[in-house]
Amino acid sequence: MNDKISTMINPQAFPTPFCPGCGHGILMGAVLRAIAELEYDLKQMLFVSGIGCAAWIPSPHFKADTLHTLHGRAIAYATGAKLFNPRLKVMVISGDGDLSSIGGNHLIHAARRNIDLTVVCANNAIYGMTGGQVASTTPLGSLTMTTPKGNQEPPFDLCRLVEAAGATFVARQPVATPVPLTRTLKKAILHRGFSFVDVLSPCPTQFGRRNALRTPYDMIKALKESCISAEKAKGLGPEQLPGKVIVGEFVNTNRASCKSP
Amino acid sequence: MQCKKIKSSLAAGWYFMQGDEACAEGAIAAGCLFFAGYPITPASEIMIRMVQRLPDVDGVFIQMEDEIGSISSVIGAAWAGAKAMTATSGPGISLMTESIGYAMITETPCLIVDVQRAGPSTGQATRPAQGDMMMVKWGAHGDNEIVAFSPWSVQEMYDLTIKSFNFAERFRVPAFLLADEAVGHLRETLVIKEEVEVFDRVKIPGQPPFGTEAINGVPQMPAFGEGANLLVTGSTHDPWGFRKTQDSATQARLTERLVRKVRDFKSEIVATDSHLLEDAEIGVVAYGFTARAALQAVKTLRKEGIKAGLLRLISIWPFADEAIAELGKRCRVIFVPEMNRGQVAGEMKKYTTTPIISLPKTNGEVIEPAEIVEEIRRNMA
Repeated sequence: MNDKISTMINPQAFPTPFCPGCGHGILMGAVLRAIAELEYDLKQMLFVSGIGCAAWIPSPHFKADTLHTLHGRAIAYATGAKLFNPRLKVMVISGDGDLSSIGGNHLIHAARRNIDLTVVCANNAIYGMTGGQVASTTPLGSLTMTTPKGNQEPPFDLCRLVEAAGATFVARQPVATPVPLTRTLKKAILHRGFSFVDVLSPCPTQFGRRNALRTPYDMIKALKESCISAEKAKGLGPEQLPGKVIVGEFVNTNRASCKSP
Repeated sequence: MQCKKIKSSLAAGWYFMQGDEACAEGAIAAGCLFFAGYPITPASEIMIRMVQRLPDVDGVFIQMEDEIGSISSVIGAAWAGAKAMTATSGPGISLMTESIGYAMITETPCLIVDVQRAGPSTGQATRPAQGDMMMVKWGAHGDNEIVAFSPWSVQEMYDLTIKSFNFAERFRVPAFLLADEAVGHLRETLVIKEEVEVFDRVKIPGQPPFGTEAINGVPQMPAFGEGANLLVTGSTHDPWGFRKTQDSATQARLTERLVRKVRDFKSEIVATDSHLLEDAEIGVVAYGFTARAALQAVKTLRKEGIKAGLLRLISIWPFADEAIAELGKRCRVIFVPEMNRGQVAGEMKKYTTTPIISLPKTNGEVIEPAEIVEEIRRNMA
């Protein structure tokens, strides 16, 4: 499998731009492994990304068509490409700030339309590339460059957001458990309609060092410990799950997809 | 430009049509297969016509969540292989500007129709203006060249839409149709010929999609799904699309080529129309709906024995620098009526030392022939 994956990557793209301990490399591997296991032809796939560290996961690494767009606009660009050529399997891979803050409008409208896209949000809860500013996904109380006294704004739960907007496949997995992550990505890719996977990915450089998680090991460990499966969390309210993030599959339904009128 | 002749999508003959509708018909004739838009006065009629007409040609229509979404999906569709367009007015162009810059650096052919209305900001949505002449050229940050035409009739709403699509493909640039509310909502005769000339996207597999050996070349353009492993990015990139965010030679070469691929071939694009200029001493330069009044004005002045003539700008960008320089040599003064505070008059001053008198009007109403006549008389007294 590893041999197959290495043929899916542009050799010129190495070394990757990711910091030591960044979760995006694990996510990149999981996406490629999911595609390889599904035996999809990369030549029939299009990877669209916005701006930020996560946007560099497909571009220029993947040996496929890639569209590295503007900050926040990946889903809107992907919408045009998918509608004009429905045979393309279109996957959007971008960050939490890109998809849910500056690009939040496109995210909810693509979910509402149930357009046949797979959107993978590499969620590190911070603006990494620009130096660690607070994001719409940063947990309450976290220290960032722009919240020196701790974040006072509650974060989005992206899965609940896109579910409410109409997404028909919604799941969350941390990169700390790559096997379930790959399995979830495969289901998202196979899903017809708008699928969304919120992938929790640690950023030791910008998030960890400000929040007493200085090493990649500390971050992965904390991430693993904070996750609780949807099955285990069943019947428990937020007060019984302090500091916990629920992971698993939240929505898997079928609904008519957006077509041109 | 090597165009091919294809059968017109409408049957040849005479039609009575609105400008915005004629624009949509021109787009269909040019081979447009994708339209994304967002409602805005006074451009919505283009979108309405497109949603009715695109199914006839198996094209795709989508009303997006905003103008940013519209231009974004247009660019996405263009890379999926479509001739694609959007239509809007000033506020929409403002929102689209970042993606227009993206279309410039990624060399994405597309058409953006701007049916101009009185601004700035929301301004007067139903009133005509020509206030976006500079914005479409200089709105996006960084150096660039684009192509823009300004129609003065329903016929040109059709013809110049086709031409804009052709130049967008020929030069791989975003092209603009700089209409105004008056010509967009005008209803008059449109003549459809048997055939139209269209320029189709150039595909040469194996050649780089983002660079040429020539410093003023236009690269070939594959589409997604053709196995080209396209690397499309708004970052500075090498001829194969690899990001070069620290390489000064790549940055210099890319920006020079993006400008020179159009500027060095501007004689292909620049189009003007002369009326009564042979012996003219007083020049009038106008474009779009205003040129109709200007033509009437020079005819009136001629009847009074005043040797006035009109140079009508059909293309706006690249600018008709040589035509303006030539006009400056012939005339002792040039009047420029326009529905803005002198945007094109200011540009003209780069190319002639002949006195240029701006006749601006920005009250949301069209310029009347009598107003131009009166201003010229007053200035010549």
